[in-house]
Amino acid sequence: MAIFEEFPSLGRTELRDLKKGIDFAFKDFSRDNGEAIESFFDPLMFFMVWFEKLLINAPWPLMILIFAVLAWLGARSIPIVIGTIVSFLAIGWLGMWEDTMATVAIISVATFLCIGLGIPLGILMSRSNRLQAGVTPILDIMQTIPSFVYLIPVVMLLGIGKVPGLIAVCIYALPPIVRLTNLGIRLVDKEVLEAAESFGSSYRQKLFDVQIPLALPNIFAGVNQTIMMALAMVVIASMIGVKGLGVPVLRAVSNQYLALGLMNGLAIVALAVIFDRVSQAYGKRLQKHRQGGHGV
Amino acid sequence: MSDIKVSIKNLYKIFGPNGKDMVQKVEDGASKGSLQAEHQHVLGLSNVNIDIPARRIQVIMGLSGSGKSTLIRHLNRLIEPTSGQIFVDGENVLAMSDKELREFRRNKMSMVFQKFALLPHRTVIDNVSYGLKIKGTDKDEMKARSQKWIDRVGLSGFEDNYPAQLSGGMQQRVGLARALATDAEILLMDEAFSALDPLIRKDMQDILLDLQEELHKTIIFITHDLDEALHIGDNIVILRDGAVIQQGSPQEIVLDPADDYVRDFIKDINRARVLDVSAVMKPGSTDSGLELPSSLTLELGMPAMVKADVVSANVMRDGEVIGQVSLADMIGSIARPESHEGEQVTYR
Repeated sequence: MAIFEEFPSLGRTELRDLKKGIDFAFKDFSRDNGEAIESFFDPLMFFMVWFEKLLINAPWPLMILIFAVLAWLGARSIPIVIGTIVSFLAIGWLGMWEDTMATVAIISVATFLCIGLGIPLGILMSRSNRLQAGVTPILDIMQTIPSFVYLIPVVMLLGIGKVPGLIAVCIYALPPIVRLTNLGIRLVDKEVLEAAESFGSSYRQKLFDVQIPLALPNIFAGVNQTIMMALAMVVIASMIGVKGLGVPVLRAVSNQYLALGLMNGLAIVALAVIFDRVSQAYGKRLQKHRQGGHGV
Repeated sequence: MSDIKVSIKNLYKIFGPNGKDMVQKVEDGASKGSLQAEHQHVLGLSNVNIDIPARRIQVIMGLSGSGKSTLIRHLNRLIEPTSGQIFVDGENVLAMSDKELREFRRNKMSMVFQKFALLPHRTVIDNVSYGLKIKGTDKDEMKARSQKWIDRVGLSGFEDNYPAQLSGGMQQRVGLARALATDAEILLMDEAFSALDPLIRKDMQDILLDLQEELHKTIIFITHDLDEALHIGDNIVILRDGAVIQQGSPQEIVLDPADDYVRDFIKDINRARVLDVSAVMKPGSTDSGLELPSSLTLELGMPAMVKADVVSANVMRDGEVIGQVSLADMIGSIARPESHEGEQVTYR
């Protein structure tokens, strides 16, 4: 039978019309609303421009001092602080200071944005099975869909620049913090929750005294993952006009500059290692009470 | 009998989507097994009626799955019943609004948990003051009161330790101090000592009895351990498959078990330590010359008679003879009861 030999597909004309229909609808939508949406994000853009300039224009010794102090506050470990200082000195020595500062700027903003959106969303998800069932597939899509695919509508709507870059980064980096916040709160010991309830805790008291503190190790793993994934997006974000270490990498790819690509790639790795070690050490310190033994 | 503090009336709990409809089926005689097999509902509690006297230790016991932890969670409404009523000081707990319920939990009842349920990220003193913090007690008073209870349960010097740094017994002392710190009149203890090893458990029981001596709280104590029940209980309720099988004083339960389930429960206990001489005495008096106080256990009474070389003694209360006991009766009463011949002992 013919139906088994050829897949019953839409005809070529119908398919073209369907695609055209979607494209035109979205184009119309972005023509009508693009400006409004862009101006909605203006404050964010101004902030990002200001923040990037701040990091780039600040005297480099001051910046290295700030990074060292932050690393110390987070990790309380001399080797990590020394590693941080040496990495940034090497980055500057090899002429990548400005790009690195631009990358640090967008990663910081993306991380804070993801934490600000992701933790409340994770908390809501942990409260409602229905919301969890609805949000989980969206998170799956956000994590697995090739980034280039969602770059298309983002660029159509907002053009190229910092804000669409930030959105692209956040789409990729948001899921882990949402997932792990949700998971962490759901994993909180049921008996401890019962205890809180039996003493007459209100919902807020339960959330802030019990659920969030006990979920913190997982929430922190989520923050760590979010930072890592944001860094992984640096090169792709540079394709739509985000300044930073991704730009030279992209240039190196198209011109076969091995050394340029390697240096900037390694700079991204250095940033990732520093962020990872500091945030993990901080997360561990938060849970020091979990260790047994007297006089810890 | 003292006044009633907590009164549970016709309480049913059926787990499943249509619990309410199933109550009728249980009233019509459906068993736990048939409810599960035919209607996919789990019978948690079945027509429970208990009056709990004030300022006493009420033990609720049963094997795992008998519904005792479910029952205790109804008293502060951690679990909502399917039908029935619960009164505390004459006030209907089930009619309370969320806000009233919170106030009730903050002030009237506190709870001690089997696995301690301490906040791992807070120090001992912060754990003990948890209930007070929820209530909004001011800082200085909170600290003073928490310190008082920490000292009282013997944890002085451990105020700034985290729970993970303490042994199980010490952690449960924190749990006990936390529950006592709110000054609630009713203390719910859900298998509070079951997770502790036997020596520590005995220790904790004595601490509890010691505290009760001066505090006179209404304590509702869940356990699966009969020795524990007999040791600390003023009254005991025995649950099986969510239904009350027997309630009474420890002596009543040991002397007159309601059915084979209870009989099987008590067969391995040291009866001489539970029964006192008044439980086995007969009317009349004897001229053997030995006088025993009515609350003396057989364990102590029998050697006393052997030592005095008599086979009977007068039972005394407030300086009066209220009856007599014979050595033979005493020995007879500590014999292990046999299950009725031909009857099979089954639990579920």
